[in-house]
Amino acid sequence: MALNRKIAYIDLSTGEFKTAPIPIEMRELYLGGRGLDMYLLYNHLEPSVDPLGPDNVLTVSAGLLVGTLASASARTHIGAKSPLTGFLGSSNMGGFFAPELRWAGFDHLVIKGKADGPVYLWIHDGEIEIRDASDIWGENVFDTQDLIKEELGDPEVKVLCIGIAGENLVRFANVMTGMKNAAGRSGMGAVMGSKNLKAIAVRGTMDLEIRFPEKALEYNQKLLEHIGSTKFAQIMQKWGTMFIYGVTNTTGLVRVRNFQLNQQVGGNIECEHIEEYALGSEGCYGCIMNCRHKYLIRDGPYAGTYGEGPEYTSQGAFGMEVGCNNFETVLVGNHLVNKYGLDTLETGSMMAWAMELYEVGILTDEDTDGLKLEWGNDDAVLELVNRIAERKGLGNILAEGPLRAAEKIGKGSIKYLIHVKGMSNLHSDERPTPSLALGIATGSRGSDHLRSRPAIDLYHLPEELLRKIYGGPKPYDGPLSSDYTSYEGKPRMVRWQEMMYEAIDCAGICKYHTIFLSPNLIAFDELSKLIYNNTGMEFSPEEIWDIADRAYTIERLFNIREGLTRADDWLVDRYFDEPTPIGLPIVRDKCIDREKFKQMIDEYYEQHGWDEDGVPRPETLKKLGLDGEPSHRL
Amino acid sequence: MEMILVVDHEKCTGCRLCEMVCSVRHTGVNNPTRSRIHVIKWPREGFELPMLCQQCEEAPCIAVCPKDALSRDPVLGRVMLNYDLCIGCKMCVIACPFGGMGIDTVIQQVIKCDLCDGDPACVRFCGSGALQFVPANRVNLIKKRDAGWKFSELMKKSLEAKN
Repeated sequence: MALNRKIAYIDLSTGEFKTAPIPIEMRELYLGGRGLDMYLLYNHLEPSVDPLGPDNVLTVSAGLLVGTLASASARTHIGAKSPLTGFLGSSNMGGFFAPELRWAGFDHLVIKGKADGPVYLWIHDGEIEIRDASDIWGENVFDTQDLIKEELGDPEVKVLCIGIAGENLVRFANVMTGMKNAAGRSGMGAVMGSKNLKAIAVRGTMDLEIRFPEKALEYNQKLLEHIGSTKFAQIMQKWGTMFIYGVTNTTGLVRVRNFQLNQQVGGNIECEHIEEYALGSEGCYGCIMNCRHKYLIRDGPYAGTYGEGPEYTSQGAFGMEVGCNNFETVLVGNHLVNKYGLDTLETGSMMAWAMELYEVGILTDEDTDGLKLEWGNDDAVLELVNRIAERKGLGNILAEGPLRAAEKIGKGSIKYLIHVKGMSNLHSDERPTPSLALGIATGSRGSDHLRSRPAIDLYHLPEELLRKIYGGPKPYDGPLSSDYTSYEGKPRMVRWQEMMYEAIDCAGICKYHTIFLSPNLIAFDELSKLIYNNTGMEFSPEEIWDIADRAYTIERLFNIREGLTRADDWLVDRYFDEPTPIGLPIVRDKCIDREKFKQMIDEYYEQHGWDEDGVPRPETLKKLGLDGEPSHRL
Repeated sequence: MEMILVVDHEKCTGCRLCEMVCSVRHTGVNNPTRSRIHVIKWPREGFELPMLCQQCEEAPCIAVCPKDALSRDPVLGRVMLNYDLCIGCKMCVIACPFGGMGIDTVIQQVIKCDLCDGDPACVRFCGSGALQFVPANRVNLIKKRDAGWKFSELMKKSLEAKN
């Protein structure tokens, strides 16, 4: 059945591995995916290890509902201590890897040690082999996957791998599968590189049982019809996340030129440009939202470039952040980061920061080896991507991530960084939106919009609808406000989204199918039914909240063990001191109020049952059954 | 009216939901190796094509079957396999030019698309419209309409250019 998948513990130093079943009690506590990965990390990682040393532990997993009749059940989660932040590393991706891992008999891989030379794992129908990857080391993300499929003689093998960025230990290297699916954030690719682990290949032919097949088919069909009927799904099918640019740029909620502006005036990189290049759209496993395009550049210097995407993040990285206003640069940049295995968001932010440093004179032509890092210099931007991946010149410094690079460059460069916990922020501007600002300040993997962003706050929804969503499943009768510039009730929205996203990551479902960018999609009630139909496990919506709370709290414990304090749940000064210069009147002349923000964090901690320093109180740990952790049950 | 299952590869997003529901509908489990439909992909060119039994009129599988286990069902327009007669020789698997005949290694039997007795699950779930179940004598009209739409766009452009 869907519950009988195993954990494999693999030691790359010794070449030994063992497998173990996942007891049902552990499923009841953490479901699977991100939740169980967090338990495994907290129990298997020693505190304070070097994230790029052999003692780091890498987890790769499929969520509880992956491959079942739950909408968009395709997510792979990857965890480790982050080489970017030194805190929790956690990232997930769509594609086709996770279901294949389950057909091969596994839900979780716990990878330790470091191989003597380049290797890849070959996992098939319950078998695990460690194979030589010397011939593949140095290949890009796309060729790596092809070469492994060729070597194994099966085009249906699914591969996740690193590109040269991961090999070169770029601290924001990602892990990729397919042409575009990326576990992008927190540098998981560098961890793979540090272990000499080039790739993991899987192929499985084992049954994945569905507990109540007919019920699951019937419920899923209704759910998909509902999802397909939403405006949001229809927009995603047509434009993907690129639609966000048009909406937020018009308002003035994007980040331009490393935080100098909140609107790209005359911006001309809207989603509609994709029509010139699109060959069609592409979906992840079992998903009807097909939110990415297949695109081909037919003419010009980049003729023949084929890629998938791009997403809003690449519009940021190769558009407004670096002052470029050319859609083709977005397409080429997106292709480059995917080929190298770089996180597009972090890459764009590091480049924008370097360009501001160049503008103010902290970086000179000497530092850049003659590269003119002027806003809107498309060629220089694309060349800088090459140098980051190859760790050449200035690229070698930027490859170290925000805080280490600022330390190396010195000269006050740190005050131009836009980051939280050493991770760069999404290319959006949160100064007019306290709820979004609170989310990035407190996210458990560093600055992040996918940990807790209450994006629907931007829709000015009526209070009764907000109450319907945010009032449950655990009762809440505090304030809620339809005004996104308000500070009132926002900690609850952030806390609710945190629990929602944690639960959905444990299940292995894509966030786009949940209440993230649409108020009409899946939340705790639907998740409860999906889990029951597909696995037979019965959880009330409240119980799912508790599971999410447990997993999120163990993430907090992990970070505290690595030295996190309240001071790390904070924004850089520019959020408080530099008001937004342009945009619609509602977002103009706005910055975050320090005192009110501090009160929000107090309230956020209180709702979690954490003390004023952000440490979970003993009674909170007891209530969640975490008072004995690490318990080493797995 | 005979219905046929038609594939429009331009609309296919490669999500493989068809494989999942086919497997669950026929076996109660999700195992794509037991699915009757498979999406074949060329990821670097962005090309994907769902492949399944074409329900041939002059079916090679029927022709080679030594036990007459395969026959045409004219009502539903499908080729049916009678498991009581099938000896599992797999001649049909070899003869089929499309890979429409598969082998389910769990139950050790040859499997093929049965159009879900007239209500194909893959079509019901396909979100992009790449799979459609349509009256046989209307297939070309649907294609004509699609092609005509593209043609009309070109004609409009040529008119604009003239003006």
